Amino acid sequence: MLIPSQKLNPNLFDKDVEQIPIRKGFGEGLLKAAELDKRIVGLCADLVESTHMNTFKAKFPERFIEVGVAEQNLAGLASGMSAMGKIPFITSYAMFSPGRNWEQIRTTIAYNNRPVKIAGSHAGVSVGPDGGTHQAIEDIAITRVIPRMVVISPCDAIEAFKATIACSRIDSPTYIRLAREKTPIITTDETPFEIGKAEILFDSRKVAFNPAHKASVAGKLDIGIIATGALLYKALKVARKLNQEGKRVAVVNLSTIKPLDEDTVVRLARDAGAIVTVEEHQVAGGMGSAVAECLAKNYPVPMEFIGVRDQFGQSGTPDELLDLYGMGEKDIHSAVLKLLLRK
Amino acid sequence: MSLTPEKIKFLETKALDIRRSIIESLIEAKSGHTAGPLDMADIFTYLYFHALKHDPKKPAWPYRDRLILSNGHICPVLYATMAHAGYFPISELATLRKLGSRLQGHPHRDWLPMLETSSGPLGAGLSQAVGMTLADRIDNGRTSGKYFYCLLGDGELDEGNNWEAIMFAGKEKLHNLIAIVDRNNIQIDGFTEDIMPLNPLPDKWRAFNWHVTEIDGHNFNDIDRAVGEAKAVFDKPSVIIANTISSKGIPAFERKYEWHGKPPTTSEEIMIARKALGIVA
Repeated sequence: MLIPSQKLNPNLFDKDVEQIPIRKGFGEGLLKAAELDKRIVGLCADLVESTHMNTFKAKFPERFIEVGVAEQNLAGLASGMSAMGKIPFITSYAMFSPGRNWEQIRTTIAYNNRPVKIAGSHAGVSVGPDGGTHQAIEDIAITRVIPRMVVISPCDAIEAFKATIACSRIDSPTYIRLAREKTPIITTDETPFEIGKAEILFDSRKVAFNPAHKASVAGKLDIGIIATGALLYKALKVARKLNQEGKRVAVVNLSTIKPLDEDTVVRLARDAGAIVTVEEHQVAGGMGSAVAECLAKNYPVPMEFIGVRDQFGQSGTPDELLDLYGMGEKDIHSAVLKLLLRK
Repeated sequence: MSLTPEKIKFLETKALDIRRSIIESLIEAKSGHTAGPLDMADIFTYLYFHALKHDPKKPAWPYRDRLILSNGHICPVLYATMAHAGYFPISELATLRKLGSRLQGHPHRDWLPMLETSSGPLGAGLSQAVGMTLADRIDNGRTSGKYFYCLLGDGELDEGNNWEAIMFAGKEKLHNLIAIVDRNNIQIDGFTEDIMPLNPLPDKWRAFNWHVTEIDGHNFNDIDRAVGEAKAVFDKPSVIIANTISSKGIPAFERKYEWHGKPPTTSEEIMIARKALGIVA
């Protein structure tokens, strides 16, 4: 059941649930953060509209820098501006930043300990028709491996708004992963968000929206699902179905992939004894790998990983691609059933 | 106004001391780069002992000029010059490249926070210098009193990242940005014009809307004239292409690209180096 204190979208499971692109939440968050802190500057590599930096550019033209199609320079410029006290946000498609300019991000930003914020839009195969060249499905792996880098993958536009403001206030280089397409609104303005904190959104042992049933129903879970990004929505729908099928399930929104909220991850593993991870990214090196690294050390349980399996993407609609590469609701559901046999 | 004979004498003496410190630190480290540090000793001496607005006792002074070293492998000259200028004890140069040393094999701000940046991977320093200059312009306008010096190697210009930064700085007309290229004509695998021709190098920078000066990088009057000229240009960034002799000061090593990335290690090489620099008779 949905956890009341999370104050999630009450229309979450409606057929016509509101849908907004995650990148739009970033654009609005950047505007708000820039209103609050004049040290914030925005740099873009010829993708102002696509990355939703256009509203920032319109309101703060003197703090906006157009770099042209030059992502290596984008990272280096931001590092230099940060050295002079600015808080730079740099935007492009994730495939090009942090993709193409990874070494500049590692050396000039992270190694130098400059709190540059890297917003990578168009992450995941759901970029759709542009095809595999533009579908970043390796970005979590290449950013989380960099020391000091904070990695955030918001689940919807509202969380992206909060994450953008929150990361402008931390003194760490940060990667924010954004998606292109409209995706369902899961959270509300009141939903808690804190960098480094995973939230349990769904738990079969609790009865939603009924103050008389606040306490946990005794006993263990059958399965724990940890999801990041827009696929969290599919994970929640699958959890609801599993619940109806009599399985006891909990779903965690892991929006900060690094630093990992180990306490919540381990607690879920203890309660459930089996974990499915869900992400729109290569299985290798992604969020599921981060969870597995944590659990192998602290509390090993059987796992299944929903994500792309060592393949490149291609052109298609987002839903076609998510199904083709094994990230649909059916795939999550069957991963759960498969995993239950291994418990 | 040109440098006085006394000032030139002072700078020459200082540059010799710095070359001696460079070679001794490399001998002690048993690894590292010889050619670039020796050939940039005159320019570093000029910058730290004449041109830069800085205070070695207050390295974080916000109004200081910035010196950004892009080709981090020539850090023995940066460290030696900073030590002689009073940033840290000269004796510390003996720790170069050793475990726990502040003087990392390639410069790292974690260890030595008084550095303007960390560097080593080539081609990324100019972007940072441009970003610093741009941020300063946002805060202080086009009449800011600060200068931003970026030191680059010539072989390093093979890196495409440089040309992104060169194009951008030309677009932004960053007049208080001064790039200095160590044109020693060598890189690891050979002579630059054999590995990847850079010429006509001045024309390339000019085409990107930079003011270009070519100088003898071992002549203090030449260096001084070029820096003065760069400061007098108001609508463009400036680049000084400093023609230098690699491994300058040790004739047996000069112009030989083999000395790009190794120190004297045999007793014979060490003796040749020390004799050439007058460390031993």
